[in-house]
Amino acid sequence: MMENSLQLALDSLPFLLKGTLWTVVLSLGGMFFGLLLGFALALLRLYGYWPLQWLSRIYVSFFRGTPLLVQLFMIYYGLPQLGIQLEPLAAALIGFSLNMGAYTSEILRAAIASIDRGQWEAAASIGMGRMQTLYRAILPQAARTALPPLGNSFISLVKDTALAATIQVPELFRQAQLITARTFEIFTMYLAAALIYWVLASTLAYFQARLEARVNRHEQDFR
Amino acid sequence: MISVRNLRKAFKGQAVLNGIDLDVAAGEVLVIIGPSGSGKTTLLRCINLLEEPNGGQITVGNIHIDADQPLKAQHGLVRKLRQHVGFVFQNFNLFPHRTALENVIEGPVQVKKEPRAQAIERARALLAKVGLSGKEDAYPKRLSGGEQQRVAIARALAMQPDVLLFDEPTSALDPELVAEVLATIRGLAEEKRTMVIVTHEMGFARDVANRVIFIDGGVIVEQGKAKALFDFPQQARTRQFLSRFSLSDS
Repeated sequence: MMENSLQLALDSLPFLLKGTLWTVVLSLGGMFFGLLLGFALALLRLYGYWPLQWLSRIYVSFFRGTPLLVQLFMIYYGLPQLGIQLEPLAAALIGFSLNMGAYTSEILRAAIASIDRGQWEAAASIGMGRMQTLYRAILPQAARTALPPLGNSFISLVKDTALAATIQVPELFRQAQLITARTFEIFTMYLAAALIYWVLASTLAYFQARLEARVNRHEQDFR
Repeated sequence: MISVRNLRKAFKGQAVLNGIDLDVAAGEVLVIIGPSGSGKTTLLRCINLLEEPNGGQITVGNIHIDADQPLKAQHGLVRKLRQHVGFVFQNFNLFPHRTALENVIEGPVQVKKEPRAQAIERARALLAKVGLSGKEDAYPKRLSGGEQQRVAIARALAMQPDVLLFDEPTSALDPELVAEVLATIRGLAEEKRTMVIVTHEMGFARDVANRVIFIDGGVIVEQGKAKALFDFPQQARTRQFLSRFSLSDS
Protein backbone atom coordinates (compact mmCIF):
# COMPACT_ATOMS: atom_id res chain seq x y z
CA MET A 1 0.00 0.00 0.00
CA MET A 2 2.71 2.44 1.05
CA GLU A 3 4.83 1.42 -1.88
CA ASN A 4 1.96 1.82 -4.31
CA SER A 5 1.22 5.27 -3.05
CA LEU A 6 4.82 6.32 -3.34
CA GLN A 7 5.00 4.92 -6.85
CA LEU A 8 1.83 6.78 -7.77
CA ALA A 9 3.14 10.03 -6.36
CA LEU A 10 6.33 9.64 -8.37
CA ASP A 11 4.43 8.73 -11.54
CA SER A 12 2.20 11.77 -11.11
CA LEU A 13 5.07 14.11 -10.40
CA PRO A 14 5.43 15.36 -14.00
CA PHE A 15 1.74 16.36 -13.99
CA LEU A 16 2.04 18.00 -10.63
CA LEU A 17 5.15 19.89 -11.69
CA LYS A 18 3.42 21.10 -14.82
CA GLY A 19 0.67 22.41 -12.57
CA THR A 20 3.27 23.91 -10.27
CA LEU A 21 4.62 25.91 -13.18
CA TRP A 22 1.23 27.58 -13.62
CA THR A 23 0.98 28.11 -9.89
CA VAL A 24 4.34 29.90 -9.96
CA VAL A 25 3.30 31.96 -12.99
CA LEU A 26 0.08 33.03 -11.28
CA SER A 27 1.89 33.81 -8.03
CA LEU A 28 4.71 35.84 -9.55
CA GLY A 29 2.35 37.56 -11.98
CA GLY A 30 -0.08 38.41 -9.20
CA MET A 31 2.74 39.77 -7.04
CA PHE A 32 4.22 41.83 -9.84
CA PHE A 33 1.06 43.40 -11.20
CA GLY A 34 -0.49 43.57 -7.74
CA LEU A 35 2.51 45.50 -6.48
CA LEU A 36 2.41 47.92 -9.42
CA LEU A 37 -1.31 48.45 -9.01
CA GLY A 38 -0.99 48.72 -5.24
CA PHE A 39 1.73 51.34 -5.58
CA ALA A 40 -0.41 53.41 -7.94
CA LEU A 41 -3.42 53.10 -5.64
CA ALA A 42 -1.34 54.07 -2.61
CA LEU A 43 -0.01 57.18 -4.35
CA LEU A 44 -3.51 58.18 -5.45
CA ARG A 45 -4.78 57.72 -1.93
CA LEU A 46 -1.92 59.72 -0.41
CA TYR A 47 -1.33 62.47 -2.95
CA GLY A 48 -4.20 62.43 -5.45
CA TYR A 49 -6.98 64.97 -5.71
CA TRP A 50 -9.89 64.01 -3.53
CA PRO A 51 -11.99 62.24 -6.21
CA LEU A 52 -9.00 60.00 -6.93
CA GLN A 53 -8.46 59.41 -3.23
CA TRP A 54 -12.03 58.23 -2.97
CA LEU A 55 -11.74 56.06 -6.03
CA SER A 56 -8.72 54.40 -4.47
CA ARG A 57 -10.56 53.92 -1.18
CA ILE A 58 -13.60 52.39 -2.83
CA TYR A 59 -11.44 50.09 -4.92
CA VAL A 60 -9.58 48.80 -1.88
CA SER A 61 -12.76 48.44 0.11
CA PHE A 62 -14.42 46.39 -2.63
CA PHE A 63 -11.54 44.05 -3.41
CA ARG A 64 -10.71 43.44 0.24
CA GLY A 65 -14.36 43.17 1.21
CA THR A 66 -15.49 40.54 -1.27
CA PRO A 67 -14.38 36.91 -1.59
CA LEU A 68 -11.55 36.29 -4.03
CA LEU A 69 -13.50 33.31 -5.35
CA VAL A 70 -16.46 35.54 -6.20
CA GLN A 71 -14.12 38.00 -7.94
CA LEU A 72 -12.64 35.20 -10.05
CA PHE A 73 -16.11 33.94 -11.00
CA MET A 74 -17.20 37.44 -11.96
CA ILE A 75 -14.20 37.81 -14.23
CA TYR A 76 -14.20 34.36 -15.81
CA TYR A 77 -17.90 33.46 -15.90
CA GLY A 78 -19.45 36.91 -15.60
CA LEU A 79 -17.56 39.09 -18.04
CA PRO A 80 -18.46 36.99 -21.12
CA GLN A 81 -22.03 38.21 -20.62
CA LEU A 82 -20.68 41.71 -21.16
CA GLY A 83 -18.86 40.54 -24.25
CA ILE A 84 -15.46 40.06 -22.64
CA GLN A 85 -14.27 36.49 -23.02
CA LEU A 86 -11.02 35.68 -21.23
CA GLU A 87 -8.79 32.62 -21.24
CA PRO A 88 -8.75 30.90 -17.84
CA LEU A 89 -5.13 31.84 -17.19
CA ALA A 90 -5.67 35.48 -18.16
CA ALA A 91 -8.82 35.69 -16.05
CA ALA A 92 -7.00 34.22 -13.05
CA LEU A 93 -4.00 36.49 -13.49
CA ILE A 94 -6.23 39.56 -13.72
CA GLY A 95 -8.25 38.46 -10.71
CA PHE A 96 -5.23 37.82 -8.51
CA SER A 97 -3.57 41.08 -9.59
CA LEU A 98 -6.67 43.16 -8.89
CA ASN A 99 -7.12 41.51 -5.52
CA MET A 100 -3.44 41.73 -4.61
CA GLY A 101 -3.40 45.41 -5.60
CA ALA A 102 -5.94 46.19 -2.90
CA TYR A 103 -3.88 44.54 -0.17
CA THR A 104 -0.48 45.86 -1.24
CA SER A 105 -1.84 49.40 -1.62
CA GLU A 106 -2.85 49.46 2.04
CA ILE A 107 0.53 48.11 3.10
CA LEU A 108 2.45 50.60 0.97
CA ARG A 109 0.24 53.50 1.96
CA ALA A 110 0.83 52.86 5.65
CA ALA A 111 4.56 52.34 5.13
CA ILE A 112 5.00 55.54 3.12
CA ALA A 113 2.91 57.55 5.57
CA SER A 114 5.03 56.27 8.47
CA ILE A 115 8.17 58.00 7.20
CA ASP A 116 8.95 61.17 9.13
CA ARG A 117 8.07 64.48 7.46
CA GLY A 118 11.64 65.58 8.10
CA GLN A 119 12.82 63.19 5.41
CA TRP A 120 10.68 64.96 2.81
CA GLU A 121 11.96 68.29 4.04
CA ALA A 122 15.59 67.20 4.00
CA ALA A 123 15.21 66.04 0.40
CA ALA A 124 13.38 69.25 -0.53
CA SER A 125 16.13 71.31 1.10
CA ILE A 126 18.71 69.93 -1.33
CA GLY A 127 16.42 70.67 -4.27
CA MET A 128 14.87 67.26 -4.87
CA GLY A 129 11.45 66.98 -6.44
CA ARG A 130 8.61 64.88 -5.12
CA MET A 131 9.06 61.80 -7.27
CA GLN A 132 12.80 61.88 -6.75
CA THR A 133 12.31 62.13 -3.00
CA LEU A 134 9.88 59.26 -3.06
CA TYR A 135 12.23 57.08 -5.04
CA ARG A 136 15.54 58.00 -3.35
CA ALA A 137 14.54 58.71 0.25
CA ILE A 138 11.07 57.52 1.15
CA LEU A 139 10.56 54.16 -0.54
CA PRO A 140 13.86 52.60 0.58
CA GLN A 141 12.86 53.39 4.16
CA ALA A 142 9.22 52.43 3.68
CA ALA A 143 10.41 49.06 2.37
CA ARG A 144 11.56 48.19 5.90
CA THR A 145 8.05 48.59 7.23
CA ALA A 146 6.34 47.13 4.20
CA LEU A 147 8.33 43.95 3.65
CA PRO A 148 6.99 41.75 6.46
CA PRO A 149 3.30 42.36 5.66
CA LEU A 150 4.03 42.17 1.92
CA GLY A 151 5.66 38.80 2.50
CA ASN A 152 2.55 37.68 4.34
CA SER A 153 0.32 38.76 1.49
CA PHE A 154 2.52 37.07 -1.10
CA ILE A 155 2.49 33.79 0.80
CA SER A 156 -1.29 34.02 1.03
CA LEU A 157 -1.39 34.60 -2.70
CA VAL A 158 0.65 31.46 -3.42
CA LYS A 159 -1.91 29.44 -1.52
CA ASP A 160 -4.89 31.32 -2.94
CA THR A 161 -3.83 30.48 -6.49
CA ALA A 162 -5.44 27.10 -5.78
CA LEU A 163 -8.74 28.91 -6.32
CA ALA A 164 -7.83 29.16 -10.01
CA ALA A 165 -8.69 25.46 -10.22
CA THR A 166 -12.33 26.50 -10.09
CA ILE A 167 -12.00 28.48 -13.32
CA GLN A 168 -10.28 25.73 -15.30
CA VAL A 169 -6.65 26.83 -14.89
CA PRO A 170 -4.54 23.62 -14.93
CA GLU A 171 -2.48 24.68 -11.93
CA LEU A 172 -1.17 22.49 -9.12
CA PHE A 173 -4.38 21.89 -7.22
CA ARG A 174 -6.33 21.26 -10.42
CA GLN A 175 -3.77 18.68 -11.54
CA ALA A 176 -4.01 16.95 -8.18
CA GLN A 177 -7.80 16.86 -8.52
CA LEU A 178 -7.57 15.37 -12.00
CA ILE A 179 -5.19 12.66 -10.85
CA THR A 180 -7.32 11.72 -7.83
CA ALA A 181 -10.34 11.45 -10.09
CA ARG A 182 -8.43 8.92 -12.15
CA THR A 183 -6.65 6.94 -9.44
CA PHE A 184 -8.72 7.45 -6.26
CA GLU A 185 -5.46 7.96 -4.32
CA ILE A 186 -7.00 10.99 -2.72
CA PHE A 187 -4.88 11.46 0.39
CA THR A 188 -1.56 10.85 -1.35
CA MET A 189 -2.19 13.25 -4.16
CA TYR A 190 -3.44 16.09 -1.99
CA LEU A 191 -0.58 15.54 0.39
CA ALA A 192 1.86 15.74 -2.52
CA ALA A 193 0.23 18.96 -3.70
CA ALA A 194 0.30 20.38 -0.17
CA LEU A 195 4.01 19.61 0.12
CA ILE A 196 4.71 21.44 -3.12
CA TYR A 197 2.74 24.50 -1.90
CA TRP A 198 4.75 24.32 1.29
CA VAL A 199 8.03 24.31 -0.63
CA LEU A 200 6.90 27.32 -2.68
CA ALA A 201 5.79 29.28 0.36
CA SER A 202 9.01 28.44 2.22
CA THR A 203 11.12 29.57 -0.73
CA LEU A 204 9.25 32.86 -0.73
CA ALA A 205 9.72 33.23 3.02
CA TYR A 206 13.43 32.59 2.59
CA PHE A 207 13.83 35.37 0.02
CA GLN A 208 11.70 37.67 2.14
CA ALA A 209 14.02 37.14 5.10
CA ARG A 210 17.09 37.85 2.98
CA LEU A 211 15.55 41.00 1.58
CA GLU A 212 14.57 42.16 5.06
CA ALA A 213 18.11 41.69 6.30
CA ARG A 214 19.30 43.73 3.35
CA VAL A 215 17.01 46.71 3.91
CA ASN A 216 17.75 46.61 7.62
CA ARG A 217 21.50 46.86 7.12
CA HIS A 218 21.68 50.47 8.24
CA GLU A 219 19.84 49.72 11.47
CA GLN A 220 22.78 47.81 12.89
CA ASP A 221 24.09 49.67 15.87
CA PHE A 222 27.63 48.81 16.89
CA ARG A 223 28.12 51.56 19.40
CA MET B 1 21.94 88.21 -0.92
CA ILE B 2 18.58 87.60 0.80
CA SER B 3 15.73 90.03 0.66
CA VAL B 4 12.38 89.41 2.31
CA ARG B 5 9.51 91.87 1.98
CA ASN B 6 6.21 91.92 3.85
CA LEU B 7 6.34 88.19 4.62
CA ARG B 8 3.12 86.93 6.14
CA LYS B 9 2.25 83.50 7.46
CA ALA B 10 -0.68 82.18 9.46
CA PHE B 11 -1.38 78.68 10.70
CA LYS B 12 -5.12 77.95 10.74
CA GLY B 13 -5.96 81.63 10.98
CA GLN B 14 -3.39 82.24 13.71
CA ALA B 15 -0.90 84.83 12.43
CA VAL B 16 2.71 83.76 13.01
CA LEU B 17 4.54 86.26 10.81
CA ASN B 18 3.07 89.72 10.47
CA GLY B 19 4.81 91.35 7.55
CA ILE B 20 8.50 90.70 8.04
CA ASP B 21 11.09 92.75 6.14
CA LEU B 22 14.59 91.36 6.18
CA ASP B 23 17.83 91.83 4.27
CA VAL B 24 20.96 89.77 4.58
CA ALA B 25 24.11 90.97 2.86
CA ALA B 26 26.62 88.63 1.23
CA GLY B 27 29.09 87.39 3.82
CA GLU B 28 26.92 88.47 6.71
CA VAL B 29 26.06 86.25 9.67
CA LEU B 30 22.60 87.05 10.93
CA VAL B 31 21.30 85.48 14.12
CA ILE B 32 17.61 85.40 14.90
CA ILE B 33 16.59 85.11 18.54
CA GLY B 34 13.24 85.20 20.27
CA PRO B 35 10.96 83.25 22.57
CA SER B 36 9.50 79.96 21.40
CA GLY B 37 6.43 80.51 19.28
CA SER B 38 7.72 83.91 18.21
CA GLY B 39 7.88 82.86 14.55
CA LYS B 40 11.66 82.70 14.13
CA THR B 41 11.72 79.10 12.89
CA THR B 42 8.76 79.78 10.63
CA LEU B 43 10.58 82.77 9.17
CA LEU B 44 13.62 80.63 8.42
CA ARG B 45 11.50 77.86 6.89
CA CYS B 46 9.68 80.40 4.73
CA ILE B 47 12.95 81.63 3.24
CA ASN B 48 13.53 78.31 1.49
CA LEU B 49 9.79 77.66 1.16
CA LEU B 50 9.62 74.60 3.39
CA GLU B 51 6.67 76.57 4.72
CA GLU B 52 4.38 78.22 2.20
CA PRO B 53 3.94 81.89 3.13
CA ASN B 54 0.54 83.52 2.83
CA GLY B 55 2.12 86.43 1.08
CA GLY B 56 5.23 88.50 0.55
CA GLN B 57 8.33 88.60 -1.63
CA ILE B 58 11.43 86.46 -1.21
CA THR B 59 14.61 87.00 -3.17
CA VAL B 60 17.79 84.96 -2.86
CA GLY B 61 20.56 86.01 -5.23
CA ASN B 62 18.78 86.48 -8.52
CA ILE B 63 15.93 84.08 -7.78
CA HIS B 64 12.69 85.78 -6.91
CA ILE B 65 9.60 84.13 -5.44
CA ASP B 66 6.34 86.03 -5.36
CA ALA B 67 4.56 84.45 -2.41
CA ASP B 68 1.43 86.45 -3.15
CA GLN B 69 0.95 83.93 -5.97
CA PRO B 70 0.48 80.20 -5.35
CA LEU B 71 3.80 78.39 -4.96
CA LYS B 72 2.64 75.53 -7.17
CA ALA B 73 2.89 77.79 -10.20
CA GLN B 74 6.52 78.63 -9.27
CA HIS B 75 7.52 75.04 -8.60
CA GLY B 76 10.64 75.15 -10.75
CA LEU B 77 11.84 78.39 -9.18
CA VAL B 78 11.34 77.00 -5.69
CA ARG B 79 13.52 73.99 -6.46
CA LYS B 80 16.14 76.25 -7.96
CA LEU B 81 16.11 78.50 -4.91
CA ARG B 82 16.54 75.52 -2.60
CA GLN B 83 19.63 74.44 -4.51
CA HIS B 84 21.16 77.78 -3.59
CA VAL B 85 20.04 77.74 0.04
CA GLY B 86 21.48 75.17 2.41
CA PHE B 87 19.27 74.20 5.32
CA VAL B 88 20.38 72.58 8.57
CA PHE B 89 17.57 71.11 10.64
CA GLN B 90 17.15 70.92 14.38
CA ASN B 91 16.73 67.14 14.10
CA PHE B 92 19.49 66.65 11.48
CA ASN B 93 17.14 64.72 9.17
CA LEU B 94 19.92 62.67 7.65
CA PHE B 95 18.82 59.87 5.35
CA PRO B 96 19.13 56.89 7.71
CA HIS B 97 19.54 54.33 4.95
CA ARG B 98 22.57 56.09 3.50
CA THR B 99 26.08 56.37 4.91
CA ALA B 100 27.58 59.71 5.89
CA LEU B 101 29.30 59.95 2.52
CA GLU B 102 26.17 58.93 0.61
CA ASN B 103 24.19 61.58 2.48
CA VAL B 104 26.65 64.24 1.41
CA ILE B 105 26.83 63.26 -2.28
CA GLU B 106 23.06 62.76 -2.64
CA GLY B 107 22.32 66.36 -3.61
CA PRO B 108 25.28 66.93 -5.96
CA VAL B 109 24.81 63.60 -7.77
CA GLN B 110 21.02 63.33 -7.86
CA VAL B 111 20.04 66.97 -8.16
CA LYS B 112 22.99 68.72 -9.77
CA LYS B 113 24.02 65.64 -11.80
CA GLU B 114 27.63 66.11 -10.77
CA PRO B 115 29.92 63.20 -11.75
CA ARG B 116 29.91 60.70 -8.89
CA ALA B 117 33.69 60.47 -8.53
CA GLN B 118 34.01 64.23 -8.30
CA ALA B 119 31.15 64.46 -5.78
CA ILE B 120 32.78 61.77 -3.63
CA GLU B 121 36.07 63.61 -3.66
CA ARG B 122 34.41 66.84 -2.55
CA ALA B 123 32.30 65.00 0.02
CA ARG B 124 35.41 63.48 1.60
CA ALA B 125 36.94 66.93 1.84
CA LEU B 126 33.76 68.34 3.38
CA LEU B 127 33.54 65.53 5.94
CA ALA B 128 37.17 66.18 6.82
CA LYS B 129 36.36 69.87 7.18
CA VAL B 130 33.63 69.14 9.73
CA GLY B 131 35.99 66.78 11.55
CA LEU B 132 34.54 63.48 10.41
CA SER B 133 37.34 61.87 8.43
CA GLY B 134 37.08 58.12 8.86
CA LYS B 135 33.31 58.21 9.37
CA GLU B 136 32.49 58.23 5.65
CA ASP B 137 30.98 54.76 5.63
CA ALA B 138 29.12 55.00 8.93
CA TYR B 139 25.33 54.97 8.88
CA PRO B 140 23.68 57.82 10.84
CA LYS B 141 22.50 55.38 13.49
CA ARG B 142 26.13 54.76 14.43
CA LEU B 143 26.96 58.45 14.81
CA SER B 144 26.40 60.67 17.84
CA GLY B 145 23.97 63.57 17.56
CA GLY B 146 26.83 66.02 17.16
CA GLU B 147 28.38 63.92 14.43
CA GLN B 148 25.05 63.57 12.65
CA GLN B 149 24.55 67.32 12.72
CA ARG B 150 28.02 67.86 11.29
CA VAL B 151 27.24 65.40 8.48
CA ALA B 152 24.07 67.42 7.89
CA ILE B 153 26.16 70.59 7.65
CA ALA B 154 28.47 68.87 5.15
CA ARG B 155 25.42 67.73 3.18
CA ALA B 156 24.19 71.33 2.98
CA LEU B 157 27.67 72.60 2.00
CA ALA B 158 27.97 69.98 -0.73
CA MET B 159 25.37 71.85 -2.76
CA GLN B 160 27.72 74.86 -2.74
CA PRO B 161 24.91 77.10 -1.55
CA ASP B 162 25.00 80.90 -1.56
CA VAL B 163 23.32 80.97 1.83
CA LEU B 164 23.15 78.61 4.81
CA LEU B 165 20.13 78.54 7.10
CA PHE B 166 20.41 76.92 10.53
CA ASP B 167 17.26 76.07 12.45
CA GLU B 168 18.23 75.67 16.11
CA PRO B 169 21.10 73.40 15.11
CA THR B 170 22.06 72.44 18.66
CA SER B 171 18.65 72.25 20.35
CA ALA B 172 18.32 68.49 19.92
CA LEU B 173 21.84 67.73 21.16
CA ASP B 174 23.10 66.49 24.49
CA PRO B 175 24.84 69.41 26.24
CA GLU B 176 28.32 67.94 25.85
CA LEU B 177 27.87 67.71 22.06
CA VAL B 178 26.79 71.31 21.53
CA ALA B 179 30.29 72.76 21.45
CA GLU B 180 31.55 70.66 18.50
CA VAL B 181 28.65 71.74 16.32
CA LEU B 182 28.98 75.39 17.31
CA ALA B 183 32.71 75.24 16.55
CA THR B 184 31.90 73.93 13.06
CA ILE B 185 29.43 76.75 12.45
CA ARG B 186 31.89 79.29 13.84
CA GLY B 187 34.47 78.01 11.34
CA LEU B 188 32.02 78.66 8.52
CA ALA B 189 31.36 82.17 9.80
CA GLU B 190 35.10 82.86 9.67
CA GLU B 191 35.01 81.94 5.97
CA LYS B 192 32.60 84.84 5.46
CA ARG B 193 29.76 82.61 4.41
CA THR B 194 26.31 84.15 4.31
CA MET B 195 24.36 82.55 7.12
CA VAL B 196 21.09 82.96 8.98
CA ILE B 197 21.01 81.17 12.30
CA VAL B 198 18.09 80.64 14.64
CA THR B 199 19.47 79.70 18.03
CA HIS B 200 19.02 79.81 21.77
CA GLU B 201 22.79 79.80 22.34
CA MET B 202 23.13 83.45 23.29
CA GLY B 203 26.85 83.40 23.99
CA PHE B 204 27.48 81.84 20.61
CA ALA B 205 25.13 84.33 18.97
CA ARG B 206 26.98 87.28 20.41
CA ASP B 207 30.32 85.88 19.26
CA VAL B 208 29.46 84.81 15.80
CA ALA B 209 26.79 87.21 14.58
CA ASN B 210 27.39 90.41 12.66
CA ARG B 211 23.82 91.36 13.31
CA VAL B 212 21.08 90.06 15.59
CA ILE B 213 17.34 90.22 15.16
CA PHE B 214 14.99 89.83 18.09
CA ILE B 215 11.63 88.61 16.93
CA ASP B 216 8.46 88.28 19.00
CA GLY B 217 4.81 87.93 18.09
CA GLY B 218 5.66 87.60 14.41
CA VAL B 219 7.34 91.00 14.13
CA ILE B 220 10.94 92.18 14.35
CA VAL B 221 11.06 93.95 17.69
CA GLU B 222 14.66 95.05 17.59
CA GLN B 223 17.79 94.51 15.55
CA GLY B 224 21.33 95.70 15.61
CA LYS B 225 24.99 94.80 15.91
CA ALA B 226 25.37 91.68 18.01
CA LYS B 227 27.22 93.19 20.94
CA ALA B 228 25.08 96.31 21.03
CA LEU B 229 21.86 94.34 21.07
CA PHE B 230 23.02 91.92 23.75
CA ASP B 231 24.69 94.50 25.97
CA PHE B 232 22.38 97.48 25.49
CA PRO B 233 18.96 96.26 24.30
CA GLN B 234 16.70 99.21 23.57
CA GLN B 235 13.29 97.58 23.86
CA ALA B 236 11.71 96.40 27.09
CA ARG B 237 10.68 93.08 25.51
CA THR B 238 14.21 92.43 24.35
CA ARG B 239 15.58 93.20 27.81
CA GLN B 240 13.01 90.95 29.40
CA PHE B 241 13.85 88.09 27.02
CA LEU B 242 17.62 88.44 27.41
CA SER B 243 17.41 88.68 31.18
CA ARG B 244 16.51 84.99 31.25
CA PHE B 245 19.87 84.02 29.79
CA SER B 246 23.19 84.19 31.55
CA LEU B 247 25.87 85.06 29.04
CA SER B 248 28.75 84.34 31.33
CA ASP B 249 28.80 80.60 30.75
CA SER B 250 30.01 80.67 27.16
